[in-house]
Amino acid sequence: MPISSIVKYLDRVSSKPIVRHLIYSGSIVFFFGIILVPPILGIFLKWDTLGEIFQDPSLMSRASSAIYASFAIAFLVASFDLIAGLPFAWFVARGKSRWLNLIDTLADMPFIIPTVTLGYSLLLFWNRGEGVSQFFGGNPLVSEGWLLIALLHFAFSYPAVVRVIVGAILDYKVVYEEAARTLGAAPLTADRTVTIPILKSSLIAAFTLAFSRSLSETGATVIVAGAFENGVVFINNTRTQSQGSMVFVSLILILTASLVYLVIRLLGPRLGMPVKRVWPYAERRLSHFRVRIARDSLTSVVFFAFVLIPSLFIVLPIVSALTSGTLNQAIAGVGVWQGYWQSLLLSYFVATVVTLMNVLLSLPMAVLIARERWGAGTSTMLDVLSNVPLIVPSIALGASMGIFWRNFAFIPEVALIIFAHLSITYPYFVRAMVGAIERVTMDVEEASRTLGARPFGVFRTIIMPLTKYSLFAGTIMMFARSVDETGATLAVVTQLKTVPVLLVGWVKGTTVPMATPLDTALGAGVLVLFSFIILLVLRLVVRGRY
Amino acid sequence: MRVVGVSKRFGKKIVAVDNVSLEVYDKEYFSLLGPSGCGKTTLLRMIAGLIELSEGEIYIDKEMVNKLPPEDRGIGFVFQTYALFPHMDVWDNVTYGPKVKAWEESKGESIGREMLEMVRLYERKDALPHELSGGMMQRVALSRALAAGAKLLLLDEPLGALDAKIRLELRYELRRLVKDLGLTAIHVTHDQGEAMAISDRIAVMKRGKVLQVGTPQELYISPQHIFVANFIGENNFLEGHVVKTSDGRIQIELRGGLTASGSDTSVEEGERVVLAVRPETFTIEKGHKKRTNSLLGVVERVRYEGTHIRYEVRLANEDVVVILRPSLMEEWFNTSDKVTVSFPSEKSYVFPYPTRGLREELAVE
Repeated sequence: MPISSIVKYLDRVSSKPIVRHLIYSGSIVFFFGIILVPPILGIFLKWDTLGEIFQDPSLMSRASSAIYASFAIAFLVASFDLIAGLPFAWFVARGKSRWLNLIDTLADMPFIIPTVTLGYSLLLFWNRGEGVSQFFGGNPLVSEGWLLIALLHFAFSYPAVVRVIVGAILDYKVVYEEAARTLGAAPLTADRTVTIPILKSSLIAAFTLAFSRSLSETGATVIVAGAFENGVVFINNTRTQSQGSMVFVSLILILTASLVYLVIRLLGPRLGMPVKRVWPYAERRLSHFRVRIARDSLTSVVFFAFVLIPSLFIVLPIVSALTSGTLNQAIAGVGVWQGYWQSLLLSYFVATVVTLMNVLLSLPMAVLIARERWGAGTSTMLDVLSNVPLIVPSIALGASMGIFWRNFAFIPEVALIIFAHLSITYPYFVRAMVGAIERVTMDVEEASRTLGARPFGVFRTIIMPLTKYSLFAGTIMMFARSVDETGATLAVVTQLKTVPVLLVGWVKGTTVPMATPLDTALGAGVLVLFSFIILLVLRLVVRGRY
Repeated sequence: MRVVGVSKRFGKKIVAVDNVSLEVYDKEYFSLLGPSGCGKTTLLRMIAGLIELSEGEIYIDKEMVNKLPPEDRGIGFVFQTYALFPHMDVWDNVTYGPKVKAWEESKGESIGREMLEMVRLYERKDALPHELSGGMMQRVALSRALAAGAKLLLLDEPLGALDAKIRLELRYELRRLVKDLGLTAIHVTHDQGEAMAISDRIAVMKRGKVLQVGTPQELYISPQHIFVANFIGENNFLEGHVVKTSDGRIQIELRGGLTASGSDTSVEEGERVVLAVRPETFTIEKGHKKRTNSLLGVVERVRYEGTHIRYEVRLANEDVVVILRPSLMEEWFNTSDKVTVSFPSEKSYVFPYPTRGLREELAVE
């Protein structure tokens, strides 16, 4: 049947209310049945194992410290992200230098590096002899532990925070700032009293993003943690020994993360700026050109020293690996490389399946939320619920999900990985699409209907073309996140290994034979290279259309 | 306020403001009038210090302010969208200027109260901007600019976002406030009716240049440029060439062999010209009448417009002229009536035919 006939058929049936309800209901069933309920139910299925941890005071003490460490590090990282990210975002969005385009592009670099690779790069840079430690007598400058975890989380969440704030600054109506200036406010006063309060919701969103990413990140955290335990490292360390401990920490992390998210969402909009007073003379001095230059320079130094250079440091051992025999071993697939290529194939297979499934099954959900098809209340509820996988630590989510799905023995392990990845990546696509659809005014949709378009026709000819950038960006984000996913995968697998899981084993020395640093660097480098090639091909394929 | 040879270029190709010089007198209500994209807002923003100049000098109170930031120019700016700070209530918006200028708190509060009472919005001081109507927001924006102690008020299409009826009411209130407070105001608008009603003097701009500066009356009665003749009010443009000049009077042969006379000393015999006649200047009579500057035609369309009847008459040379006659006039004409239209020479203007073509010269886009 030619495509045009299928399109005509879909156009025709989309007019029938029953068909629309079936599509939306299917999407809801998928959301609750695969994405939301299994991770919640899993924990309750093993409720009886909780006794293990209550009977072991030392285990309880470890678990409590780990949970505290998770939130303390997340808060610290998110706060530093804002403090350092806001001036840098300002510099990028408002600066006039032609070099800013380059800096803007560089700020995105850590985005394309899987966090496992990023973690290993930071470990080499801050901790191992080949990094900055060589300038300090070879002793690790930063030991494995909480500080290295914080530096890692800062490095991967900083670009995301900067991206959110730059977007908000670019969207911001500069006329408010101009009005403040014409009323006599110095630039710093105008920024502090007018611009920043107006950008408050974006700053809160950036903080929440950094907070939840820090709380959730697993693969890279395990790599740099050493003997230190935060929540996710604790779950990883105890998942095979004490199911009760895992259930307990997962439950606490899920509940607390949801509570923190709810508090931020409810109280954030009511939060006033802490300092309302104005110091006209001091702020005028601080608005001086030279102070601005100093601020921009400092913020750039922070970006280069703590984000970019540590993130790209892995390039050096990759080059060494290419010039030594490691590359030949890798190509031959011998020694530690025996299972690598299979893992790589598995990673991309899972990412492809997950991306396709989520695009098809979550699009109706995005329309449902954005267009309030089932009322404003339902829309708000679904909106909040669809964020849950984003804020819950992925290993906790995976652990709970693993418990749930293993009750169905016939389900193969690869399906468990797919279910876990569906859950983790779901909010990325839905968020991107809800935002994009909301930006399309109802007028154009209604105009299309009055001109004779049926519901599917409106979606195909109006919504899709107008949201294609977000559709593309959401798809890429989802694919990249799936390839990168470690925490939930670690929690559900017993036999299979995706590349990030394999690399964690290589770094922790749990594989036989053990991987050398050059093996690990090359393994991580290949993952970056393949991801980059796939994204590039995808971009070339859709070039001109997006 | 004086602007001397000011230009603004964006990149190498776009010239938004092109070598503009003008002076705004103390306590004058001055308007910058022109079609969209003519550079009037760019000029206003340069005066405010919101955009840097490419060339020229700007003086406020005899002081060159080119290098001064907006906060040090002593200006008040009312934006087209009002730019009321959405996170502050009316009171905080209006007292923002005194606060950031570190005035004594009591002084700031008394000025805030005075300004809000002046615009009759003191009782809404706790309201947030989104709780106000368009007209209220406009008045808050104005009182906010005034509370900051501005002596020079810059208004960027301040009535543009309002409904037609409220716009008409507020334009007079705006002028009254400015005059009562003894301020100097520069008002940007594309609405010639608004500029005529509100201004002491108007500068008409097109493509970054000031074409003419004058009182509303001068611009209407003595337009110096064909674009001004078209943009201010309405005009009929008849193409022809000069066949005779003597003692300041000229004889013009219009298209199709019709003749008319006008008064101008700057054109020469044989020169291609455009004769401009305002619709209300024409008289219209049934049949064939011998008059000065009489042209024969047929009524093609009749529209009742309240105070006026609007006739469109097709002349013998196929040109169509628009004629406005008071609706209380005793004699009405119907379509297909054969009529004579005529006009007095002294109420017509003669312009050299534009080198870029008539349509291009009159275009407002």
